[in-house]
Amino acid sequence: MAAEAHGEEAGGLVFHPMDQFIVKPFFGDGAVSWYTITNATVWMALAVLAVFALLVLGTSKRSVIPTRLQSVAELAYGFIYKMVEDICGKEGVKYFPYIMTLFMFIVFANFLGLLPMAFTPTSHIAVTAIMAFAVFFAVTILGFVKNGASFLGLFWVSSAPLALRPILALIEVISYFVRPVSHSIRLAGNMMAGHAVIKVFAGFAAIAAIAPLSVVAITAMYGLEILVSFIQAYVFTILTCVYLKDALHPHH
Amino acid sequence: MATEPIDMEVAGMCVNEFGGAIGMPQLCGEWFGNQIFWLVVALVAIYFILSRIALPRIGSVLAERQGTITNDIAAAEDLKVKATEAEAAYDKALIDARAEAHRIVAAAKADIQADLNKAIAQADAEIAEKAAESEKAISEIRASAMQNVEEVAKDTAQAIVAALGGSADAKTVSAAVEARMKG
Repeated sequence: MAAEAHGEEAGGLVFHPMDQFIVKPFFGDGAVSWYTITNATVWMALAVLAVFALLVLGTSKRSVIPTRLQSVAELAYGFIYKMVEDICGKEGVKYFPYIMTLFMFIVFANFLGLLPMAFTPTSHIAVTAIMAFAVFFAVTILGFVKNGASFLGLFWVSSAPLALRPILALIEVISYFVRPVSHSIRLAGNMMAGHAVIKVFAGFAAIAAIAPLSVVAITAMYGLEILVSFIQAYVFTILTCVYLKDALHPHH
Repeated sequence: MATEPIDMEVAGMCVNEFGGAIGMPQLCGEWFGNQIFWLVVALVAIYFILSRIALPRIGSVLAERQGTITNDIAAAEDLKVKATEAEAAYDKALIDARAEAHRIVAAAKADIQADLNKAIAQADAEIAEKAAESEKAISEIRASAMQNVEEVAKDTAQAIVAALGGSADAKTVSAAVEARMKG
């Protein structure tokens, strides 16, 4: 799917599954510098607006008997609050706004990305990696600030036989540093793969005989992607909570 | 294939001349800065929206609802206690009324019994009086009957004596009859 695929269009079929991920200036053409308003910027801004609409406008009446939008907002609040409280305990609750921020951003970026012609910021490794590394560094620093050197006890599995502990410690350290990588690639990979697969099915629709099957396949994939959009946001958030729990309670 | 564009990481080398992607656009370093910058802006914006407005508001709404529910439950329990009390009072009133009714019935019964006893006593007295009168009449009748029997006996005895040819004065005969009747 490199340059020549675009030029030759082998066999009459046109596959550009990756074109949807191109970042380009939203207004006019030209180079993309760090401050340019791009399609990524616009869809992130839409996610921010959607969060604002749901959580601020939706709850503006502060009714004791909630409206539909307010119950959705309360549901989201309760969902993440309970998750943080269950996993991290009472001490974790003060980090709830940060975790809620991540969840709301990812869930809205994912869902808005499912709109036709949309751009999905969370399908980009640059975006998810920044969030994952932010979580990684925040959790690591927090762990040392809260527990001092005893945070290293996280790597020393005291319930294992003494002879095994150094090996386990090595494995634990490696897995600890792999965390941000898996954390970010899981989200970006899932989002990218689903969108690319839908585009590939759409490419097959150019053949009339396959078109109905293609439409069915796209519909099925779209349904799956709706699931994936929520589940990946959920997974990212719950892993953040688990990492935070390690920082707050490093002992197994 | 995917790593190729990274090698050619020069401005504008992530897109070919047709506007199509070369390799994975995700790996195009030229766009990283832009995405990271706007991501940070978006996250900070969401964080401020949440921590300044949305979360305190939703938290207070939830707390208020919890408070309302707790109050309502307390009020309901209050009312329930009152209802129980009212029921107890009602039961007590019912028992009292029943006892009063029993008392009245008993009193009425006693009154009636007293009247009845009085009437029976009166009737008994009347009956006794009547019986005494009758007794007297009967004894009179009996006495007169005895007298008649005596006279008949005297007459008969006199007649028998006369028939046997004896002559006896009336005094002797009657004395003999009297003596015989007493004996």
